[in-house]
Amino acid sequence: MSRSLSGSEGVGVVSTSVERLFTPARPLVLANGEVLTEVDVAFETYGTLNAARDNAVYICHALTGDAHVAGYHEGATSPGWWDNLIGPGRPVDTDTWFVVCSNLLGGCQGTTGPSSTNPATGRAYGLDFPLLDMADFVTVHRALGEHLGVKRWHAAIGGSLGGMQVLDWSLRFPEEIELAVLVASSSRLTAQNIAFSAVGRQAIMRDTSFHSGRFADEGTSPDTGLAIARMMAHITYLSEEAFNEKFGRKSQHGQIARGFGIDFAVESYLNHQGETFLSRFDPLSYLYLTRVMDYFDPFADVDALDAVRRHPVNYLVMSFDTDWRFSTEHSRRIVRALESSETPVTFREIESPWGHDSFLLEIPAYHDTIRAFLECPRGVVDA
Amino acid sequence: MTDGGRMTELRADLALVADLIPAGSRVLDLGCGSGDLLAHLMTTKHCRGTGVEIDPGGVLAAIRQGVPTIELNLDTQLGQFRDSSYDVVVLSRTLQAVHRPGVVLNEMTRIAPRLVVSMPNFGFWRHRLRLVGGHMPRSKDLPFDWHDTPNLHHATLIDLEAFFASQRLQVERRIVLDEEGRPRPGRGANLLAGSAIYVLGRA
Repeated sequence: MSRSLSGSEGVGVVSTSVERLFTPARPLVLANGEVLTEVDVAFETYGTLNAARDNAVYICHALTGDAHVAGYHEGATSPGWWDNLIGPGRPVDTDTWFVVCSNLLGGCQGTTGPSSTNPATGRAYGLDFPLLDMADFVTVHRALGEHLGVKRWHAAIGGSLGGMQVLDWSLRFPEEIELAVLVASSSRLTAQNIAFSAVGRQAIMRDTSFHSGRFADEGTSPDTGLAIARMMAHITYLSEEAFNEKFGRKSQHGQIARGFGIDFAVESYLNHQGETFLSRFDPLSYLYLTRVMDYFDPFADVDALDAVRRHPVNYLVMSFDTDWRFSTEHSRRIVRALESSETPVTFREIESPWGHDSFLLEIPAYHDTIRAFLECPRGVVDA
Repeated sequence: MTDGGRMTELRADLALVADLIPAGSRVLDLGCGSGDLLAHLMTTKHCRGTGVEIDPGGVLAAIRQGVPTIELNLDTQLGQFRDSSYDVVVLSRTLQAVHRPGVVLNEMTRIAPRLVVSMPNFGFWRHRLRLVGGHMPRSKDLPFDWHDTPNLHHATLIDLEAFFASQRLQVERRIVLDEEGRPRPGRGANLLAGSAIYVLGRA
């Protein structure tokens, strides 16, 4: 799915910029009070910010995403991770909107994270990196907005963990966001979600190469653990139907050869997913980012909706009927909370056989809904 | 409703419903279709609210009009709305198409103190004539073939009003409409009305 069905050529060749947004003179103070004195942020932008500075759209990425959301890096054969959604003539139309996406704090794709160098020691932070909160991601997004000259976003859009960032941002700073789009997201992980998350982390931390997070100093890396974490997570990203459709019980080598090697096609697929993940993801980022999701529970705060009651944000919440990682019930829970606080909210459950991963696919009903929501005239829905 | 800034005509029966809703109300429109009623109320009467629709085409059209719209099943999912969280809840020409009208009315009564319900009149003289002639009723208000209709329940206005009473709903106002959807004064509604709009309150 490298080219959009819409036939347009997308945003073309793009590159990631890196900016130091927090410095010793202006450090990042985290939600837990800890301080980071140097934070670099990797980001990309497409389209043009208009004179009124009111056409900006922020894209928040999911667990393993990055700033490269659309277009092609020089010489690359595959585009950014949400290229089918973003570009000229696409649902998030870069002829209209100025689109911004950044790698989140704690990540490993250009923004400061636990494998970055700790300026105090000259070595990688490792587990000395502070625990993060959803609010910290948002603090850094807002700093990037300030750097780019955007005070108010026409829309903030995110799938999965990205939707959680949009929810946190819009609840705490509703005056900064006109439209909030949450796709296949959650306001609170279930015990089952946390269980999968925990096993992924255990796979990494029990890998003998983990060395209490100091693996970089040892010149090694818990590759086995990270690959297993990725393989297991990947199972939760697809529906049973999708696995059946993609692989069935097909043999990888033409015929079944009983043994403990890779025999079924699905085993080969997962193995490949695990291996390719190693080249682009950091084990420590995996620990830190999944843990943020586990603790996220904004509606546990009884005052969570106070700000958005005063400054209504228009919400679009969408789920996919075969998503069992963040099922439709996760989205309905968000809708109930927002709707009962008299916040304007639109909800759709989209039919798709592909499970959680559907949010990355070009599904007409889904994309049409995002386009309609971003482009419809508004101005009277303001309480 | 706005269509690129241009005001377009609201369907006649929806215009009558709109007139029954006080300015500034918070309105829940069940079976909102393409959201015309709420879009009209939001732009002309400073109302706020939510549409509920199950048809995907309707949901998308409502979103295009800027109407907050929730895709859900009226028969099973109204429980997600809080008690007394709206001023008015509207159900236009839909009560006859839900599985359990009593349950839906009960939920509506829980959600808002005032209900606006419209329904086609199966006792309309033309329908009776069709039956006498040996055929199932059909008219502008009941345009469907018996084998291809969303309507599950058939009631005359007399039946309907008895049902409202049994549901502890008080008819505060009734607007009787002729076959063309125009208000029709005078007696004999059960025979002469194509449909009716009711404003109901908790008895």
